[in-house]
Parts: sequence; structure tokens; C-alpha cells
Amino acid sequence: MNKKKNINSHSILLLITVGLFILLYAAGYFMYGFGANAKGFEKLQNFLDIFRTNAALICIACGMTCVMLTGGIDISVGSLVAMDCMILSVGMENSGISPSLLVPFVLLIGVVFGAVQGYLIGYLGIQPFIVTMAGMFFARGMTAMICTDQVNITVDNWFKQVAAVKVYMPFELGAVVNKRGVKMVPYVNIPVVIALVVVVLVFLMLRYTRTGRSMYAVGGNQQSAALMGLNTKRTKMITYILSSFLCSIGGVLYCMNTMCGTTTQALGLEMKAISSAVIGGTLLTGGVGNVFGSFVGVLINGTINSLVSFNGELTKLGGTVPNVVSAFLLFLFIMLQAVFAKLRERKQ
Amino acid sequence: MDWLKKVSKKPLFLPLVSVFLVLIINVVYDAIQGNYIFEFLKFELKEGALYGRIIDILNRGSEAAILAIGMTLVVSSSAGTDISVGSVMSLAGSLCCMLLAGFGVTHVREIGDLQMPIFVGVIAGIAVAGLCGLFNGFLVAKMKIQPMVATLIFFTAGRAIGLLLTNNKMVYIHLEQFKVFGGKLWIFPTPTVIAAACILIMTLILKTTSLGMYVQSVGINPKASRIAGINSVAIILLCYVICGLFSGVAGIVATSRIYSADSNNIGLNLELDAILAVALGGNSLGGGRFNLAGSIIGAYTIQAITTTMYALGVAKAQAPVYKAIIVILIVVVQSPAVKAYFAHRKAQKEGGLAVAGRS
Repeated sequence: MNKKKNINSHSILLLITVGLFILLYAAGYFMYGFGANAKGFEKLQNFLDIFRTNAALICIACGMTCVMLTGGIDISVGSLVAMDCMILSVGMENSGISPSLLVPFVLLIGVVFGAVQGYLIGYLGIQPFIVTMAGMFFARGMTAMICTDQVNITVDNWFKQVAAVKVYMPFELGAVVNKRGVKMVPYVNIPVVIALVVVVLVFLMLRYTRTGRSMYAVGGNQQSAALMGLNTKRTKMITYILSSFLCSIGGVLYCMNTMCGTTTQALGLEMKAISSAVIGGTLLTGGVGNVFGSFVGVLINGTINSLVSFNGELTKLGGTVPNVVSAFLLFLFIMLQAVFAKLRERKQ
Repeated sequence: MDWLKKVSKKPLFLPLVSVFLVLIINVVYDAIQGNYIFEFLKFELKEGALYGRIIDILNRGSEAAILAIGMTLVVSSSAGTDISVGSVMSLAGSLCCMLLAGFGVTHVREIGDLQMPIFVGVIAGIAVAGLCGLFNGFLVAKMKIQPMVATLIFFTAGRAIGLLLTNNKMVYIHLEQFKVFGGKLWIFPTPTVIAAACILIMTLILKTTSLGMYVQSVGINPKASRIAGINSVAIILLCYVICGLFSGVAGIVATSRIYSADSNNIGLNLELDAILAVALGGNSLGGGRFNLAGSIIGAYTIQAITTTMYALGVAKAQAPVYKAIIVILIVVVQSPAVKAYFAHRKAQKEGGLAVAGRS
């Protein structure tokens, strides 16, 4: 009984999000999946491609969700990803360092970066927006300090080999025979697998560990949480460490997808992560939200991009049209959520 | 030491100290370089305009200062930030240039080629920015959507709409009459004059009406203010409209400075500078009491940091690293925990009951 009540009061936004994702995907399916208009939207590979292009974003959105649960925000993630990619590519390409050393180093940087931000936010009580904005400036500037040019990874090592691995769907699910008669089995790559594992781990962490539940408590009402005996300062610090750590994992995955490092990489990724979490039903005020919702939020963002690129007319108008369309769809989602929330309020 | 204690209690004390710190760095740098140590304070008349590093800071910081006025009200009334101001600036500039040149035209060199008088374009630009503010305000005040999410819409779309308006091209308005907004007025740089006018108007409005008090009361507790008879929805809406209008003004200044509509670069990252200015000015980003003068000092502090770094020979792409470190230092000094620590020490010294808890 208790579980049912829980679903009713907290998960309505998540249900809306999942419903809207299905609606959006169905719209794409009917527009570009049938008859003369069939362009491949109906194929399973198209669905999996949304995962492939957004594997890093899934990881980052998980961290962002945790931060937003505590009522904070982390806008340093995009720059941190750029810095990670730059370290990885410069390290491997120019300095010839083994990725077995570089990848742990990048993850360590994430932890240290998060610890500094977390200390300033949790223990010194500075607003998260300011601290992470400074973090954003710092990471972006460091990226330019390491190298100002684009560095492509061409060295053949395990990092490149892992990135090239294809994980095929079991039982040849959704396999298509192409014109040459070759059977094409849909696949994902290693980053997607890692991202999905991260989602499950963070979900379990938030639901079943003391730290995870403390995050909800701190975001819900910090004073009550402190009076209850929770160490709110430590919880906040842990949250930011987790966010930066997940972001570094995301950075490694991002680098696996792009195989290069530039100073303008992942610009605006933080906003994508925030909008994914918000579409997924996480409140910026804290206390309410779910990692699974953010995951679906990333998928919705990916579907929007996919829809815009499938529509030839929109892409013809110029590179900026997808931005307008995404913003308009974001607006629609937000309004729908607001209307649903108001209706629920009236019912109670 | 008594006067020092009194002064350090004033809300503007720490923002002013940060400005002085930045200026001292300049003095030390000049001394090391063997220049006249007050080099940066020096200003002279060059080609009929004031010239000098201080003037440059005042001039370049104008847009951020204009934005900081609106941002202060938004932060104070709704405990949230308007991240769309940079994009809206760019949109206002694009619309203004598009109206003046006509759709698809990229160059205007003669006054006769203008499609309409300059003031119509300028007012239309500011008006469209006001409309963006109205939209943001509607979402925040009426639909109760978190400010950052609501303004995320125009953050994403503003620049893109601007590019659509100018047909994906740069529009140049090579006219002295248009360049004046970003150029000079008599001997003063016009952006400085415009910023001063904006600050003056806003201060007068806040002093002569009870808007300031209403904004603070709504920011502290919207429900309680509604019960007390304040239309909190209207107040928040008004704050966002004012913020939009000011971003329009800043957009026109930025456009006139380079006499072209460069949708991709106008106001880029300026929303962050504006928010930072509000925080550096000692305002809480959690809403409530605000301090307009602090925000404006904050905006000029950021510009002073930037100008100083360029003077020190830091490359543009690497400047953010130092900027981040300086900003963190300034905010740490102003942070509640550090303040509480000093209050605690003082209380211990006086032997009284240490009441200042560390928050």
C-alpha cells in the first residue's frame, strides 16, 4: 500500500515524461517510418543511435539529477567534459601516455574538481551557481591552456579499440537485410553499456543507500534534514564529487565517441543536461526527482534532434533551426508539466 | 579602529574592497613595469574623446552593468536567474539591424538606404526584448516554472531567431548616426552615459515608488506578500519585463559598438557576467533583499578583472582560469561561513557569549 501511495505522489511527472517520449517517438514513427516517407526512423538501429550519440549525456544527466535533488546546480559539466577530452587526446596523441594511466587520471581529476566545488558549496555556503560557474570558466580556460588546437586521436591503443567495439543485440533482434543481402544486426557501443550501468547504479544508490536518501532530505528541506541529524554539509560535498566524477566518466565516453579534443567541445552540454533532468521531472528547487526520469529526458532530447534531422525542410533553413525547434518543444513540455501539476493541485 | 568596524558592517564594504584589490594589482603591475604607478588612473583627451584604462573599464563594462540592474530585480523577486539576457541582447540587435537594412540586405552605407528611421529600429529592438521578458515573466510568475528553466527557452532560441531574422548573415550599418550608441557623446563614451542614465532612472523609480520594497517582500515570501495585499504575480512579471528591456538596451549598445548584427557573438556569456555581478555585489541568489549599487560595482569589478588580465598579457582563451580563481577568492571572502568565523572570533575575544553560529 505504501508503495502505491509513493507512486501517486512523486512519480506523476515521471509518468508524464515517459508518456510524452512514447508520443514523440510514435509521431516520428508515423511521419518518417511508413510508405513513401520511410527514411529509417522505424528501424531499431535509429532508436539505438539515440543512445549512442547521447551516452555521455546520460551519465552527466545522472550526476546533474543528484545535484538538483539537493537543490543545487552544476553548470561546470560541459567545460569539464571538454577538459577531459583534451587531456585524453593530448596525452595519448602528443605525449604518448598509455590510456590505462590517463583514464584513471581523468577520473581522479573529476573527483578532485568535485571535492573543491563541494567544499566551497557545502562547507563555506557559497551559492552553487557561482561556484560551478567559476568551475566552468576554470575548466574551459584550462582546456585552452593545455592546447588551443584540435587534437585527433589516431594512436592505436586499447582506448581506440574499445571505442570501436560493437555490441550486437541478442537473438538478432530487429535485424534488417540490406540491398546486398547482408544481415545488419542492430548494435550499440561500449559507452552505451557503461552509461546504462551508471544509470542503474545511481538509481540504486539514490533509493537504497543512506547517502542517496540524505540527498532527497537535504533538497526537500535543509533545516529539517539538519535537525534530524543529517550531516547536510557532507552530503552536499559528496553530491558534487559524485556529479563531477560521473561527468568525468561522461567525458571519457564523449572522447570515445568523438575521438578528439577541442576547446569548443561540449559547449552548452550543461544546459542539455539540465533540460533533460527538468523534462524528466526533477525540480530545480530540490527534493523531487528520479534518475530514470532524467534518462528518459535525454532520450526525449535525442529524439527531438533526430526528428529535426529527419525533416529535410528544417535542416535546409540553416544550422540554427534545430535550436528554435528544440526550444519550442522544451516550452511545450514545460507547459504540459505545469498544466498537469495544476490539475493535480486542484484535485487534492 | 572603531570607524573600521562601523564601515565593515556596511553592505557595500566588501564589493568595494574587491574593486580596490583589483586596482592594487594594477598599481603593483605598473610599479614592476617601471611605469608611473598610477598609470591606470591616468586619462587624457585623444581625438576628442576621453582615453585611459579606467575609462576603458567603464566603457566596456557598460553592457554588463545595464544587464546587472535588471538581473538584480529578477534575482531578488523570484529567487532565480534569467539566463536568457545574452541571447535576448543578440536578438534585439539583429531585429534592429534587420529593420534598418531590410530583410536579406547585408550592408547599409548611405543614410538614404535606411528602410526606416534609426530610432524606430532601436525602439523595436528594445521592445522585442521587453516581449521576451514578458514571456519569461509569464512562465515564471503565472505558470510557476523555475526561472532557470523558463529562461532556458530563450537562451536556446534567442540567438537562433536572431540569425533567422538576418537570413544567417551579418548585417552592417556603416552610419555615424547608428555608431553613436556605441561610440562617443561629446567627450564621453556613449555606453557609459547610457549605463549612467539607466542606473539613474532605476534608482529614481526605486526611491520614489514602493517597487523596491514590494520586490523584496515578494522575494522573501510570495505567499505572505499576497496575503498582505501585494500582487506578487504582477511584481515578478514586471521585474522580468524590466530585465528584458534592459537587455534590449544593452543589445543595442553592443550592436552599435561593432555597427553590425553579429548574432553568434553579441552578448555571448554575458548572462554569466551579469549573474556574477549580482553575486559579487553581495546579493543573495536566494531572493529577498537586494542592493542595486552592489550589483553595478560587481559588474565593473568583473570588467576591471578582465581588462587587467589583458593588460597583464594573458591570452583571451586562458583568461577564464584566472577569472575563476579571482572570483572564487572574492566570493569566499564574502561567504557566510567566513563571516561567521570572524564574528565568532570577535565574540570570543570580547569574552561574551558566542552567539554567532556557523551557518
